[in-house]
Amino acid sequence: MIRERLGRELLFFDGGMGTVLQEKGLQPGELPELWNITHPEEIRGIHRRYMEAGSDIVLTNTFGANSLKFHHDSCSLEEIVNAAVGHVKAAAEQCGRAGRVYTALDVGPTGKLLKPMGDLDFESAYEAFREVMVLGEKAGADLIHIETMSDTYELKAAVLAARENTSLPVFATAIFDERGKLLTGADVPSVVALLEGLRVDALGINCGLGPEQMLPVLEDILKYSSLPVIVKPNAGLPKQRDGQTVYDVTPGDFAGVMAQIVEMGAAAVGGCCGTTPEHIRAMTERCRKIPVTPVKEKEFTVVSSYGASVFLGTGSKIIGERINPTGKKRFKQALKEHDIDYILREGIAQEERGAHILDVNVGLPDIDEPALMKETVSSLQSVTNLPLQIDTVDPVAMEAALRIYNGKAMVNSVSGKQESMDMVFPLIARYGGVVIGLTLDENGIPEDPEGRVRIAERIINEGAKYGIKKKDIVIDALAMTISSEPEGAKVTLETLRRLRDELGVCTVLGVSNISFGLPRRPVVNAAFYTMAMMNGLSAGIINPASEDMMKAWYAYHALMNLDSNCERYIEKYASSPEVPALAASAAGVGGVTLDSAIEKGLRDDARLATESLMQSEAPLDIINTHLIPALNRVGDGFEKGTVFLPQLLMSAEAAKAAFAVLKDQMDKSGEVQEKKGTVVLATVKGDIHDIGKNIVKVLLENYSFDVIDLGKDVPPETIADTVVEKKIRLAGLSALMTTTVVSMEETIRLLREKAPWCKVMVGGAVLNQEYADMIGADFYGKDAMQSVHYAQKIF
Amino acid sequence: MEKRIEEAIRYLGIKKGAADAGTYALVKSSFQELERAAEPKSICRIFELQECGDETIQIGNMKIRSKSLSRNLKNCERAVLFGATLGTAADRLITRAGLTDMARSVALQACAAALLEEYCDQRQEEIGRELEREGGYLRPRFSPGYGDFDIRYQEPIMRMLDCSKQIGLSMTDGCMMTPTKSVTAVIGVSPVKERCPVQGCEACKSADCPYRR
Repeated sequence: MIRERLGRELLFFDGGMGTVLQEKGLQPGELPELWNITHPEEIRGIHRRYMEAGSDIVLTNTFGANSLKFHHDSCSLEEIVNAAVGHVKAAAEQCGRAGRVYTALDVGPTGKLLKPMGDLDFESAYEAFREVMVLGEKAGADLIHIETMSDTYELKAAVLAARENTSLPVFATAIFDERGKLLTGADVPSVVALLEGLRVDALGINCGLGPEQMLPVLEDILKYSSLPVIVKPNAGLPKQRDGQTVYDVTPGDFAGVMAQIVEMGAAAVGGCCGTTPEHIRAMTERCRKIPVTPVKEKEFTVVSSYGASVFLGTGSKIIGERINPTGKKRFKQALKEHDIDYILREGIAQEERGAHILDVNVGLPDIDEPALMKETVSSLQSVTNLPLQIDTVDPVAMEAALRIYNGKAMVNSVSGKQESMDMVFPLIARYGGVVIGLTLDENGIPEDPEGRVRIAERIINEGAKYGIKKKDIVIDALAMTISSEPEGAKVTLETLRRLRDELGVCTVLGVSNISFGLPRRPVVNAAFYTMAMMNGLSAGIINPASEDMMKAWYAYHALMNLDSNCERYIEKYASSPEVPALAASAAGVGGVTLDSAIEKGLRDDARLATESLMQSEAPLDIINTHLIPALNRVGDGFEKGTVFLPQLLMSAEAAKAAFAVLKDQMDKSGEVQEKKGTVVLATVKGDIHDIGKNIVKVLLENYSFDVIDLGKDVPPETIADTVVEKKIRLAGLSALMTTTVVSMEETIRLLREKAPWCKVMVGGAVLNQEYADMIGADFYGKDAMQSVHYAQKIF
Repeated sequence: MEKRIEEAIRYLGIKKGAADAGTYALVKSSFQELERAAEPKSICRIFELQECGDETIQIGNMKIRSKSLSRNLKNCERAVLFGATLGTAADRLITRAGLTDMARSVALQACAAALLEEYCDQRQEEIGRELEREGGYLRPRFSPGYGDFDIRYQEPIMRMLDCSKQIGLSMTDGCMMTPTKSVTAVIGVSPVKERCPVQGCEACKSADCPYRR
C-alpha cells in the first residue's frame, strides 16, 4: 500500500540513528546494531520520538547488519534483524500509530569493495544482502530501504537481492558528493538509469551533504528520474569540534531548505547523519501542506557504466565493433587461447580513437561463451569506463553478462521474431538495459521501409508488455549491401528517417555492411555513414580505427552545429597534417637502427626499423641478430645497475612492437618461431598487487617464452590444476605482503604434491632468499631479469 | 627538478641524478595523466590516548601492542587516526597501462606513491596547524606495517574512521587496502613542541627495504 501512496502524497522518513546513538554513548567502531539487543529501550525510544515528530517511514537499526560487516559471538544476524524490526513495531504500538507507520528494513553497504577493484565477488555481496533481506521480510518489514551506497555495483547487488528474494517495495538512495558523483565515479544519470532499469520503487540521495548542498544534485536527479525521488540530507557538512564530529544546521534551517526540496519535486523526505527528532518535527510541520509534484516520465535514452553515462538521441554515438571474432583470424585465436589481454587492448584502442560504447561479442563454436562473456565484461570494466554493448545470440551468455555488468548495458539484440522477443525481453525487464531491435521477423527482412517500420512498432509494443519503455529500445534499420541490393541504401535511409520522425525512437546501424563485396569499402562506408547520420542515426556500429569513418563523424557534427564552435573538430584536426608523412620510409625514422631503437626504448622507431629491415633480412635472422642481442645488452645494463627498471621496460615494449611486426610476416609465410617453453605466472591468493608479476611476464615473452597469466588473487588449486593439466615445468608466484606469503607457501605445498616435476620461482616485495627457502621455493628472483635467467636454465 | 618527480624517480629505484631523459619524460607525463585521474580523499579523527605500559597503548577503545608505535607516541595525550586514498580511478589507470605499456604502468605506480605521500603530508600539515592553535603538536605519522605495528590494525582504524563510507577505503581479507593507493596512519599529538623530523621510513625497522630513504 505504500506503493499507492508514494508519489501521490508527501511521505516523511525519520532522521539520523547512528549520530543519535553516538550521543547516547555508542563508541566509534562499535557495532550500532548490537544496541538492538543491549539497549532495546533506547532504540525504541528513538523510533518513538521520530514517529511523534511525524515520520511515516521509520528505518530499522540494521544499517550494517550483513554477514560481511557484522560479526559477533553472542548474537546472530537473525536475532538482530528480528529485534530491530520488532522495535519499530513496538514503538508504533506505544505511540498509538500501529499499522500507520511503515517499517523500513535499513540496508547499508557491506563496507567492502567489489571486484575487479576490490576482492568481494558480486554474488557474495548479493548473498549477504539476500540473507538480511529475507530475514527482514520474515520479521515483518514493510519495505526495504537500501541507502548510503557509493558504488553502483554494490547498489545493483543489493537491489537484485531485494527484487529476486522478497516481494517488498524497494527504495534505494546513494551518497553523492558536491559534484554530483558517487565515490566510485558514477554521475546522476548513470545511477538513475541503473536503478530504473532494476525497477526500484523510489530512488534518491542521502547522507554526504547538507540540504543546501544537495539542491543542485537533486535538480539533476529530478531532471532524469521517472520515479518518485527520496531526499535525506545530513544536518549540514560534518565539522570537527573538540575531536568530535558535529553537524550544525538547526531544525528551523533544515526545515526551510526541506520545504524548498519538496517544492522542487521530492516525493519522500527525511534526514540522515546529525538530524534529530527536532529536525524531523520542524520539517513535517513546515512541509505537510505543500502539494506533491506528480512524477513525470522522462524520455532520455541512457546507457551507463560504473562511472559514465552515454545519451543517445543528440548527435550520433560511436559503437566500436572490433571486439568480435567475425572475419578476424587473430581475434579468434585470442579467444581460443583465452588471451583476455588481447581483447582488452582492442577495447582500449577503440576508446582512444573515440568510441562511446563498446560492442562485446565473444561467440565462437566450441567455446564456453557464458563464462568467457562474463570474464570479458568484468575485465573490460576494470580498464575502461565506456558502457558496453552485450552482443550475443546465446541467452545464457546474455543473462550472465547482464547480471554482472556494472551499469545499464546496451544489448545486441532482439528481433521481431516472437521467439527472440520471448527470450530477450524478460532479461531486459529483470536487469535493465537498452536493447537493439532488429527490423526482421519470421518472414525475413522487409524490402521496403514500411515493412521495417511496422516490425519496429511490433517490437516496441511487445516490449511494453514487459514494462519496457520505448526509450529503452533502439531500432536497427539494417544496412544491406548495395552490391546485391541496388535499392538497399535508400531503403535503409528512408527507414531511419521514418523511425525518427514517425516513431520517435532511437536508431542504430552496422554501417559497413552497406559496402560488402565492393572494392575500397571505406569510400562507400564513410559517405553512407554521413547520409545515415543526416537521417537520424543515433548510433553507428563502426570501426573507430577507420580514418574515413572518423572524418565523416567529426565533419558531420561540426556541420550540423552539434559540435559547439567546432571545438572537437579543431582539436582533432588542427594539428594533424593534411597528408600523412611518409614515415615508413626504408631508413626508419631519422635512420634509427632496430638495435638502437630497442636499446633506447623507442617503440614507434622499433616498429618502423623492423619493417625496413624485413626488406633485406628474414624474420628469424632479425630476431637472432638484432632483437635478442639488443635485449641482452639492455638486460646486462640492468644487472650492472647502469640501466633502470623503466628503461628496461621501455626496451621490452619496443622489442614487443618489433616482434608484432615480425609475427605478422611469419604468420603470412607460415614460418614458426620456436617457443622456449611455457611458464605459468600468478599473484597468489589474497594478493591484489600484480605489477611485479606483469613485469616478469613482459620480459619472459620478450625472450620467447609462452606465458599463461592466471592473474591476481589466484587460489592454490587453480595454479596447481593449470600446471597439471598443461604439464607445466615452471611456475612463477608473486606476493607483496607477509600476510599473503602464507598463500604462497600453501601453493608451493600443493604444487609439490600434485606436480612434483614443476619448478617454482618466487618474487615480491617482502621476499628474500631466506624467506624463499623457508617456504620451499626452488628459486628466488630478486628482480625480473633473474626470473628470465632461471627460466632459460630450466628449459 | 620538481620534488614529486624526484620522489617518483626514487621509488623507481633510480639513484639521484641517474635518470635519463626518456625516463624523466615518462615520469613527467605519467604524473600529468595520474593527476587528472586521481581523486584524493582523506578522513581524520582525534582520540584520547593512554599509555598502558608493557609496550601497549590505547587509542579510543583500541588497544595496540607495539614497541615501535609506543615509542613513536611517547608522552602524547591524544592521537589522530588518519586515512587517505587516491581512489579507484588511479588503480584503473595503472591496470590499463599495464596492458598497453608496462614501462608507463610502472612509472604511474611510482607517481601514485609519490602523489599519495605528498597529499598525506599536505593534509597532515593542515591538521597540525589546526591543532597547534590549541597547543597540540604532531608527531610523524606512523602506519600499520611500520616496525612491529601489526598490519592488521588497519581494520579497527578503518572502522573507527568509517573509512569505507567516508572516503571509499576498505580492505581485502588479506589486509590489503582497496583502492591500493591508500594509507592509514596514527599521528601522535604531543603537548610539547619537539624538534620532530618528518620521518616515516626512518622510524621503520625494515632496514633492508629497497625504498628506504
